Amino acid sequence: MLTRLAARALAGFGVVAGVVTLTFFALRFAPGDPVEHLLGSAATAEQLAAQRHVLGLDRPVPVQYTAWVSRFVRGDWGISIAKGRPVRTVLADAWPATVRLVGLSLLLSYLLGIAVGAIQAHRQASLTDTALSVITVTLFAVPGFWLGLMLVMVFTYWAHALPAFGAAGLDADYLTTWGRIVDGLRHMALPLATLTLIGIGGSARFIRGAMMDLSSQPFVTTAHAKGLSPWRVTWRHTLRNALTPVVTLLGLSLPTLFSGAILVEAVFAWPGVGRVLVEAVQARDYPVVMAATAVSAGLVVVGNLLADVLAAWLDPRIGTRTT
Amino acid sequence: MKRLLRDRRGLFGAVVLAAALLLAVAAPFVTRGDPNAQRDIVATRFVAPLSTDGTGVFHVLGTDRFGRDVWTRLVYGARVSLGVGLLAVLISVTLGVTVGALAGYGRGPVPLTLLGLTDFALAVPRVVLLLLLAALWRPSTALVIVVLGLTGWMSVARLVHGEVRALAARPFVEGAVALGARRLRVLVRHILPNAVTPVIVAAALGVGNAITLEASLSFLGLGVQPPTPSWGNMIASGRDVLVNAPWVATAPGAALVVVVVACTLLGDAVRDAMEPSAPLS
Repeated sequence: MLTRLAARALAGFGVVAGVVTLTFFALRFAPGDPVEHLLGSAATAEQLAAQRHVLGLDRPVPVQYTAWVSRFVRGDWGISIAKGRPVRTVLADAWPATVRLVGLSLLLSYLLGIAVGAIQAHRQASLTDTALSVITVTLFAVPGFWLGLMLVMVFTYWAHALPAFGAAGLDADYLTTWGRIVDGLRHMALPLATLTLIGIGGSARFIRGAMMDLSSQPFVTTAHAKGLSPWRVTWRHTLRNALTPVVTLLGLSLPTLFSGAILVEAVFAWPGVGRVLVEAVQARDYPVVMAATAVSAGLVVVGNLLADVLAAWLDPRIGTRTT
Repeated sequence: MKRLLRDRRGLFGAVVLAAALLLAVAAPFVTRGDPNAQRDIVATRFVAPLSTDGTGVFHVLGTDRFGRDVWTRLVYGARVSLGVGLLAVLISVTLGVTVGALAGYGRGPVPLTLLGLTDFALAVPRVVLLLLLAALWRPSTALVIVVLGLTGWMSVARLVHGEVRALAARPFVEGAVALGARRLRVLVRHILPNAVTPVIVAAALGVGNAITLEASLSFLGLGVQPPTPSWGNMIASGRDVLVNAPWVATAPGAALVVVVVACTLLGDAVRDAMEPSAPLS
């Protein structure tokens, strides 16, 4: 088990290194220049060249690459070209907002999705099942940014009930502690609802499918034959076994905690990593894009590993398999 | 096929997709023609659905800020959105089947290399990659198709790899090998035709996914560029006028949801129909 993990971790490291290298060279050879974005169209050729020299962008690309790698692994992630602040500060400032939003929505969408899926599997082929199926397949299909706009239309423009933009009101600094918490929650309500509703679509469909596959298994028949109530069979026997793949899914959604909800963040002007990333790509802010890519790729690998370990821990049969 | 049409989901999916394709193809006959046509902007802009504008022309879904007919743009947008979805999936399915088949039936270092490549591509954060690729070159419809095609083949490759491996050990394949058929012939004539069903399911789901991603990219301004209508950039253009003309963003979004639901249901129905043991639901 341990050697297998070590091998996987090593392969994962290779993947991260590959992704980062690919991104680095793709960025450098792509059209668009961070210095032009920074200095604007009025800058002269000499000014552009001078700025490029200051940023080290006039050196050969392989030299820049080795310099970046050696600094990155030592924890020096560079300074954002567009913002002039250290990349680590830029990302560290944005991250809490994304974790708050995406983490909460993952939690809610899995809890609610599991409940909905289990109810559907329990009342298989009933009217409830069909109705919930229609709802979940629709939620599964809705693009997040559009659902967000529709919620803004209803709750902000029509009902005047909830704010549509940002993570805090303009007056947040002058509120009491309680007032600030309430203000934060009100700002989070619409983006959170958007992400959660979409998440429920996926997780409920998944749980329902997994439980239906299990319902013809011998252990379920045995549980019924023992005279257990149908509810007990569903919740204690079928659902428990259907949860193992959910752990894998959760591991796979770990990277979204970081790069997360780019579109939903864009719709709600949520000050998270997604917005930082979109802005950085548009401004060709190399250091920020590189750091964000490295962290995302790292989280993808860690998420996969974590999912494997958790699945093996939940279901001891998995760990002994060779494949 | 019969099972498929008896399944209400399959029927719904097939009918909706057929209708959408038919409308897209017959666009000039079911609309006012040019999706970018502007006339007297002041007299024709922001006309509500089911009403007549200042020049006496009736608009089923109203008009946008330039007085362009939303229904016309929706139908021409279907051409773009469905076209992008179908072509992108064509690319990713072709790539995925080729890689998966070679990885599943190839010899020597080929399978390991291809599987490694697939795992690598899967580990690249897709959203970051989409943003990067789309931002690197001037945004265009062709670029969106290529980018979506190149980032969507991995799951198909894995699926086909598994199927091919399983089929290669079946007696009918061994029979073909014993008869002296060349490996390529065995692969193309005997193995791949039996691995088609999961590919169809993946393709149906993939089309829905690609349409959504196209809309997302176009919404961020990195996809299909205005004035060419696509459902994504129509939603984006309706964003600023959500207060006084909500129909501009609502109509394309609703169309998108219906089509993606149809893809999902059709995919589900095909999968269930091909697994006779599974109960009809």
